[in-house]
Amino acid sequence: MDKRKRRTGLVFFPAFDWAISPSHPEREERLLYTQDQVFEEGLLDFDNIIEYKPGLATCAQIDRAHICVPDAAGVVTESHLISAGGAITAADKVMKKEVDNAFALVRPPGHHAMLVVHGARGFCNVNIEAIMIEHIRTQYGVRKIAVIDTDCHHGDGTQDIYWNDPDTLCISIHQDGRTLYPGTGFRDEFGGPNALGATLNVPLPPRTSDEGFLYVLDNVILPILGEFQPEIVINSAGQDNHYTDPITNMRFSAQGYALLNEKLAPDIAVLEGGYSIEKALPYVNVGIILAMAGLDYSAVREPDYDPPSLRQSDQIRREIEAESQAVLELWQRREELKDKVAGDARYVKRKKQIYYDTDGIREYQEETVRICSDCGGLVMIDSIADTGNRIYAVILPRRVCRVCRENGEGIYERIQKGQYRHIYFQDKDNDVFRVRP
Amino acid sequence: MILGIDVGGTHTDAVLLEDFRLKRKVKVQTEENLLAPLLKATAELFRGEDPKKLKRVVLSTTMSTNAIVQRKIERVGMLLIPGPGLAPGLLPALPDTHVLTGYLNHRGIEIAAVDPLQLEGLKDLLRREEIRHLGIVGKFCTRNPRQELAVFEMMKDAADHASVGHRLSGHLNFPRRVSTTYLNAAVWKIYRRFVEQALAFVHERGLNVPIYILKADGGTIEIRQSAEYPVQTILSGPAASIMGILHATNGREDAIALDIGGTTTDIAVFADGVPLLEAFGVTIEGHRTLIRGLRTKSIGVGGDSAVRYGDGGLQIGPVRAGPAAALGGPCATPTDAMIVLNLASLGNRGKAEAAMQSLADDMGTTRLQAAQAVFEETCRKIAASVQDEIAAINNKPVYTIHEMLQGKRLAPERLFVVGGPAPAVAPALGRLLGCTAVVPDNAEVANAVGAALARTTAELTVHADTERRSLSIVEEGIVIDIPPQFSRDDAVRIGSEKLREKALRMGATGEDLEIEVIEDQSFNMIREYSTTGRNIRVKLQVKPGFVSGRVEGTEHGQEEA
Repeated sequence: MDKRKRRTGLVFFPAFDWAISPSHPEREERLLYTQDQVFEEGLLDFDNIIEYKPGLATCAQIDRAHICVPDAAGVVTESHLISAGGAITAADKVMKKEVDNAFALVRPPGHHAMLVVHGARGFCNVNIEAIMIEHIRTQYGVRKIAVIDTDCHHGDGTQDIYWNDPDTLCISIHQDGRTLYPGTGFRDEFGGPNALGATLNVPLPPRTSDEGFLYVLDNVILPILGEFQPEIVINSAGQDNHYTDPITNMRFSAQGYALLNEKLAPDIAVLEGGYSIEKALPYVNVGIILAMAGLDYSAVREPDYDPPSLRQSDQIRREIEAESQAVLELWQRREELKDKVAGDARYVKRKKQIYYDTDGIREYQEETVRICSDCGGLVMIDSIADTGNRIYAVILPRRVCRVCRENGEGIYERIQKGQYRHIYFQDKDNDVFRVRP
Repeated sequence: MILGIDVGGTHTDAVLLEDFRLKRKVKVQTEENLLAPLLKATAELFRGEDPKKLKRVVLSTTMSTNAIVQRKIERVGMLLIPGPGLAPGLLPALPDTHVLTGYLNHRGIEIAAVDPLQLEGLKDLLRREEIRHLGIVGKFCTRNPRQELAVFEMMKDAADHASVGHRLSGHLNFPRRVSTTYLNAAVWKIYRRFVEQALAFVHERGLNVPIYILKADGGTIEIRQSAEYPVQTILSGPAASIMGILHATNGREDAIALDIGGTTTDIAVFADGVPLLEAFGVTIEGHRTLIRGLRTKSIGVGGDSAVRYGDGGLQIGPVRAGPAAALGGPCATPTDAMIVLNLASLGNRGKAEAAMQSLADDMGTTRLQAAQAVFEETCRKIAASVQDEIAAINNKPVYTIHEMLQGKRLAPERLFVVGGPAPAVAPALGRLLGCTAVVPDNAEVANAVGAALARTTAELTVHADTERRSLSIVEEGIVIDIPPQFSRDDAVRIGSEKLREKALRMGATGEDLEIEVIEDQSFNMIREYSTTGRNIRVKLQVKPGFVSGRVEGTEHGQEEA
């Protein structure tokens, strides 16, 4: 097979001394067999595969992506600082052109962590991709970024953080939310009023196989990326679509994952979920690393790989084709939908209930966005959790317009402390983060 | 008394130590027949000595290395069991390679068996091709040696020798294990002859003492024990020099060792007085191996590096066009600069000045300034490489939060420099690196002294899987059943016992058995939310170091800064 070799950075941090709890899927053992397979295949000896030690993320870097309650230091452990730091290291190596692409094979994952963080949900405390993206923008002035979330679970955290950002395209493909955690990620979730179409969801029926995933890639993701023209493409690379995953119901294979990464050609891939630690992860990770490095992955396969038994039904194929067509149409109509969504309103409100399954916390949130045609729009958040913490946050987007800035600064000055534990001011445009106690 | 001999590419150095101190040294030319210079050197050393006082002989030999470099090696039939994974085209390209059926997964569970019929067919082929040496290597054989052993049993009658992958290293890295096994089988015959000759040599001299061979990791192995694993003795030359320099340190410090030669400078680093090992193994002639070896970084700057001046400014190396101009070489070199600056005196000063003058003309400066610039650039390049190497070591990836946050960072305070230009450059390098610079005494035979004093080293890997009720130490051919409650402490205990046995068999003495645990992990294996077993990995080693009885730091040398 003739492929173009690329220099691939690998940030491998298996956190062999960290678990959510001893028998939790997110435990010490998770990347053990992946390490064995990667070492035994000799992947680190290839001249074009370069291993890097992760850096440690800082609270200031987290504060660019999140509103943490009470503060960033209070919601993370060292393990989160290292996995976010690992994603940042991967991004730095790509941005400084030391490598052509990079894979942060780190844990714990992050894609279920939303804008406001009261605790851990879906095994995630902070969103390591979002922290990385904000770092890329601050450090390297990159504007348009696409995140393709290929985890089996809807990337609801990343979607929430970039809901109102027209410059971050978030496409999540995942098992239908009616059949799997977190129960969201339907087609009608397609971005805030100022960023319609910048969030896209392609829910897939259980038992979708390689064919189905690659169909969505070829017919939805790649054409939309072609139009959006991102400067950086990120694969939020969960590995739980695998046919052996214990907590999902899909039929993706190591070959499928490798081919997907070859075609998508992400600049940066960041590991998310994937809990078939013995039967899937070793092979999927080897496949992804080889594909990113442009090396022959055709001989990578699972011990029990049997393509005929994994084939999806015609019914599933038709469902996927119909869903893909509908998502494409939505994308094409994104401009005209704005009037319909916002109408004459000056502000649009969104109410959410968020359950933190890992920590057992319930949050009620009201998000208010200023309808704006000059920038992503001023965002205000009022959030209360059953921990008793209530907070208010004013968020100014990058390249904020004058009116949104003046409104936002005014609200931050005027808002009464009242029942709020903290009042936050996140000015992404000036990289300023303030908290009024 | 201890006799230490380092057979190098050009010179054979031999030293006689008494009470661990240098008593006598000789240097003779290395010849095609390695034993002739040995006899010559020892005859000189022993003049007037009582050979009965000799306790041991340690040889550092280039025999295997040269055989590989000069391709004087045997054809090897490589029988590989790679299973799925990396495409066969990405494995080391070796002649006479045959891919067998069979497949073990990462836990050592057999997924597909080896096919006896295929092996019968291969026997015929090997016979027709007159291949008498075999290498047998399976992916994940370190987790379960059964498939390799099955192939060995079926093929052993068809060959003079068969090297088996799992006996050569317990580390995971199939392509490197393939190369290591290949090289071992390829030099087996020539090395075996060398062992016989060496034994004949000591017999002839009436010496009845243990003979050791230096390995690439700076440790020794009793010569008969080395016969089946000759590949361990490759690249012992740099190891000898590093051990020689280590001898000059106080034995506990972080330190830098530089060996400045004509063409290259070799950089090594000591952490708490222990030389660092290569992460996976040494590389020879493009073959990446799993052979434990001391970590050295070689850069293309030395006393004879060709000096040029062009658009990019002053260029030192990496080529060597010949000796220094002062010794009749074709162009200016750092050595010539040192002569002009009165930092060295050798050869013809006039020729050194002329070469520097011609460089100065290109640079539009004076001869003295040109020499100063060459000297400074030489030191700057070496110092920068040392700093890169220390940064690379400090940035080595680690896989636990504990190591990430508590990991040791090297901060060397002393710099040891050997080699021709050492006295001239040591003070400047010390200043650039913020270290005290030391030029050890008797640096020219540091290699032979290092070899003479090196202790026997060994390593082994214990892998226990309580779900499968199995423990293996594959390098030792050990696979035993274990009870479900088997623990990490049990693994360390068994590992220490077996390492002790292994080291003693390799020639170690009891008092030198400084065993340490270098890797130690135990994972609960959870399936369907309940614990089904533990996966335990323990690596132990006898640290590289010196035989006991040596007084530390006795040969300190000159502190220059």
